[in-house]
Amino acid sequence: MGINFSLMAVLTLVLVAFAGVKFMGLQMFFGVVAPYAAMALFFTGVIWRVLKWAESPVPFRIPTTAGQQKSLPWIKSNGLDNPSTKAGVIGRMALEILLFRSLFRNTKLEYREGPRIAYEWEKWLWLASLLFHYSFLVVFVRHLRFFTEPIPFFVQGLETVDSLFQVGLPTLYLSDLAFIAAVTYLFIRRIIIPQVKYISLPADYFPLMLIFTIGATGIIMRYVTKVDVISIKQLTMGLVTFHPVIPQGIGELFFVHVFLVSILFAYFPFSKLMHAPGVFLSPTRNMPNDSRIVRHVNPWNYPVPVHTYAEYEDHFRDKMIEAGLPVEKE
Amino acid sequence: MKIYNGDKIIPGILIGVIILTFPLWLARGKAAATPDIKFDTPVIQKLAVKQCVLPKETMRTSHMVVLNDWRDAAVRNNTRVFTGMDGKKYDINLQNTCMECHSNKTHFCDQCHNYLGVNPYCWKCHIEPKETK
Repeated sequence: MGINFSLMAVLTLVLVAFAGVKFMGLQMFFGVVAPYAAMALFFTGVIWRVLKWAESPVPFRIPTTAGQQKSLPWIKSNGLDNPSTKAGVIGRMALEILLFRSLFRNTKLEYREGPRIAYEWEKWLWLASLLFHYSFLVVFVRHLRFFTEPIPFFVQGLETVDSLFQVGLPTLYLSDLAFIAAVTYLFIRRIIIPQVKYISLPADYFPLMLIFTIGATGIIMRYVTKVDVISIKQLTMGLVTFHPVIPQGIGELFFVHVFLVSILFAYFPFSKLMHAPGVFLSPTRNMPNDSRIVRHVNPWNYPVPVHTYAEYEDHFRDKMIEAGLPVEKE
Repeated sequence: MKIYNGDKIIPGILIGVIILTFPLWLARGKAAATPDIKFDTPVIQKLAVKQCVLPKETMRTSHMVVLNDWRDAAVRNNTRVFTGMDGKKYDINLQNTCMECHSNKTHFCDQCHNYLGVNPYCWKCHIEPKETK
């Protein structure tokens, strides 16, 4: 179900952009209006979502993370998996954000002969997502050559490394290969593992297919059909400098590519893609486990009217003495 | 709306927005210079028909494919003749065929390559044409 729906959605978007440019001459819409609208939606949407998350107080530390928490001096604690200091938390967050540490801990349950249950290391998902995210980052940074003039040194350097093997002309980017391989793996994994397929929704398939199609259109433009990159850079620089122009002679495929990217950005704040800012706000990762060192007061505690024993005695002292009850203060 | 941990979340949002809008800060609304390709070399001016080996549009988008094919043809297959669009024969030679007409590397090749951050490795083997002025 989810697969068909997502496939139809992506194909519709491709066809809409293609037909809009080819038959209706809507270059202005797909090349300028859609990217601007998508960017506006992306930034307002992401900021709105993050601020909405920030409305929830997260006062208490979650000590049940992997690793021994800091305890008695003779018990060896795990400073990175269960840190009690700020530096440790920064280390844990860096491992999580840069190396996907919790995904690295992924295990697979297996029934072996016996029957006997075994939990096996399952590293392929971690490897594929690491490959996917980093190749996507490289592709993203490389695209800065269309959005900056002069082009910063790190974009040039990255490009040199990415086309290191100088295969063909235009040179084959290693990140293109890694990107397509990783997305394909993540998609195949989703449909061949029954349990994963069972829990997969259109919201899982759609971004995968959309990202795959973005990659595919980009790769086709670069290596197969060719586009006039000078005109394209004039268009993209027009967007960046807020002097939008639509140069003549840009193929439909470019507008399909840009429209799909616009859809991805516009879809971002409303989807699972929000895990990008979300990972920074993971409560099990971004707080030091110092519950035994610092007192954390619940911020939604309201003042409770209390009547202490001292006040009670002040109130009823005469009557208590009269009745022969013991009092603390005479 | 009460924001918790705003001391960390608000700067985080700001840093994220600034990094992601980096091209805007770099451009600051100024129109970017576009490449200015010149075809006014002495050899081109003397040509009766000002036509490259393939149509202009093809050369514009696919010249690197042509050059790669030429490299393979000459170096690997020892084929040194290329039949152009009008059946005209050309010597497969970067320095003596391409650069004979386009002798103005800085006002021809480099214009677009610099604009798009392309660093072709032609000149690691070939000798760059000497340009007057």
